Amino acid sequence: MINATAHTYHAEPTEEALPSRGRVGMVCLIATEAALFSIFVVAYLFYIGKSLIGPYPAQVLEVPMLPTICLLASSATIMLAERALRQGYGVLFKGWWFLTILLGVAFLYATAVEWYRLIFTHHLTISTNLFGTTFYSLVGFHAMHVTVGLILLTLVLILSLCGYVPQAQSERVAALSLYWHFVDVVWIVVFLVVYVIGR
Amino acid sequence: MAFEYPLARPPAEAQRLPLLVQLHDWVVTVDHKRLGIMYICTGLLFFAVAGLEASIMRWQLAFPNHDVVSPAVFNRLFTMHGTTMVFLVGMPIILGLANYLIPLMIGARDLAFPRLNAFGFWLSLFGGLLLYFSYLGGEGLTGAGTAPDVGWFAYAPLTERAFSRGHSTDYWILSLLVGGIGSVATSINIVTTVFCMRCKGMTLARMPLFVWMLLVVAGMILFVMPPLTAAQLMLLLDRYLGARFFDTQAGGSAVLWQHFFWIFGHPEVYVLMLPGFAAASEIIPVFSRKPMFGYAAMVGATLAIAFISMGVWAHHMFTVGMSAMANAFFTASTMLIAVPTGIKIFNWLATMYGGKIRFATPMLFCIGFLFQFLCAGLTGIMLAASPFDWQLSDSYFVVAHFHYVLIGGLLFTIFAAIHYWFPKATGKMLSETLGQWHFWLLVIGFNLTFGPQHIAGILGMPRRIYTYAPGRGWELWNLLSSIGVAFQALAVLFFVWNIIRALRQGPPAGDDPWDAWTLEWMTTSPPPEYNFETFPEVQSRRPLWDLKHPHDPDWHHE
Repeated sequence: MINATAHTYHAEPTEEALPSRGRVGMVCLIATEAALFSIFVVAYLFYIGKSLIGPYPAQVLEVPMLPTICLLASSATIMLAERALRQGYGVLFKGWWFLTILLGVAFLYATAVEWYRLIFTHHLTISTNLFGTTFYSLVGFHAMHVTVGLILLTLVLILSLCGYVPQAQSERVAALSLYWHFVDVVWIVVFLVVYVIGR
Repeated sequence: MAFEYPLARPPAEAQRLPLLVQLHDWVVTVDHKRLGIMYICTGLLFFAVAGLEASIMRWQLAFPNHDVVSPAVFNRLFTMHGTTMVFLVGMPIILGLANYLIPLMIGARDLAFPRLNAFGFWLSLFGGLLLYFSYLGGEGLTGAGTAPDVGWFAYAPLTERAFSRGHSTDYWILSLLVGGIGSVATSINIVTTVFCMRCKGMTLARMPLFVWMLLVVAGMILFVMPPLTAAQLMLLLDRYLGARFFDTQAGGSAVLWQHFFWIFGHPEVYVLMLPGFAAASEIIPVFSRKPMFGYAAMVGATLAIAFISMGVWAHHMFTVGMSAMANAFFTASTMLIAVPTGIKIFNWLATMYGGKIRFATPMLFCIGFLFQFLCAGLTGIMLAASPFDWQLSDSYFVVAHFHYVLIGGLLFTIFAAIHYWFPKATGKMLSETLGQWHFWLLVIGFNLTFGPQHIAGILGMPRRIYTYAPGRGWELWNLLSSIGVAFQALAVLFFVWNIIRALRQGPPAGDDPWDAWTLEWMTTSPPPEYNFETFPEVQSRRPLWDLKHPHDPDWHHE
């Protein structure tokens, strides 16, 4: 209703609910990181099919279904962990949080296995051709973010095991989980660009 | 130009701490005001260095076949001059102003993340020092090169390992990478502060225009710094791991670097320019004794500039050989950005129109800015037309154009801002007489230096040449240009003298020497560490007007 909210000029300062600092700061960080990734994605798209020598993506890339499922599932588990903390279930929070870390580690392990195969079986390195250059930089840059995320998640796990993450900290945990969701979303883009469009 | 300064309070009892303790306090501080001052001092220090580099180049170019420095040294000079002025002068000063003023203007006690703020500052400072360390450390194992000499936009493949031996280019990359992370950190801080720390009643629509514009600038930095960072990471991968991003022999594209660089580089111009607009939007109303004309239009124009500026980058690349479609698009988008900029100029003029203008130093600098920035805008529109650009790209006409933007526009507003807020930051008034000397010498020197360069450019003088033969008609314009430098240097000396003199024996400023309207003038000069004893409450865009005129407050009219 317009009438209900309309007000005449008055001397009282208007009260506005201000958002939490942690959340806004994290959203800003995510925005700037997204811009960073988009440049690497553009470089990848731009150089598709421009390698002068092999190996080419279609010959060596396999679609990493299982790792992708792991990483996407970790977004769900961190959400459950966050909710558990907000509602005050400390043990449940630690459980889901630990599972999130496990899923992230599984994803990283799969990347390591993939890279080992590409480097030693197919002799594809970052300097082999444009495909190697763009592939390792984009996927590696994402893996670096997963690693940073895992370090932060582990830190929170250790702190919570020591009893330093009470319910009152749920706002901060929420900010961190925003970052983790972002890493997952980036993977969806990387997956589409590298394994679907680029193959 | 004498006006009455309100009676000042006796300064808070000066605590004489030992020098070492004072210095230690500055190093470990997380106070936004101290960090702001350190940012600005860093910028001014590098400004002197880069100005010196420019002076050497102008001395070299004063006469045909002049032999002051070698071509290699000249290449390093223009690279360092450009890089320094953009990244180590412009950025620190605008971030410093934002740091100092935003919390005061929105009635907060500090930025949202004070320690992140200190982190950002020290990154910027050491990033800058890293660039200059290249003069010593750039030698590298191969014994080639000292300071970077690849130009401030460092086009590939010139920067690849094969063409740039030694470590000079790496210093360029790392220095900007580090400084860029610092800028992004501070921008995150600014955006968060503006969204989360405003005092009671300070709605977005009541924020001072300065805060609005720096909010937009910080938002822009979040999106435009990463392309440079990403491109530099790619270049580092190329140089150290043998990646092929810009290796043309392996199918890599040199033009891709240009796109990535200018996706950063053009919005960066507005990142630097908008804080200038921001300062002018605070100063012009106060010295015209009228509220800002068209507040909403100013905010809208700022957002429009930020948005359009993301889509104009390739006008730096008309001569690369893009498709006709791309040329047409970037010509059109570049001309489009003149519209919101024009709106701003008209709003400032309309603010002055019918006002009771006080021609104090800050206002003089703003008026100089209006005229000179208009010239810059007009040559900008000329260069936006791609056929015109094909003729004059990479000539002295372009050099003149962007110096009119960045000196005639930005530097003048920075000096206006320093003259305007210096009393707040130090509690001392600058001398009006010295300020006027500073202003008039700078106006003469600046126009004498860069005005003739338009003509030299039209006569075909390319930028970045280290010398030229006589008989092409360039002699007079270059000589005039070099003479102008002397006036500018003299102006800067007056500025330094004025600052030192004011710090030693300037008259006390009082809380509100300009009879201004925004919150920073409500607290003492200099403000206490906590800024405000009690959080202010705001009911309109000019809270101090409301306090001073309780019978006719602004919120009756807004």
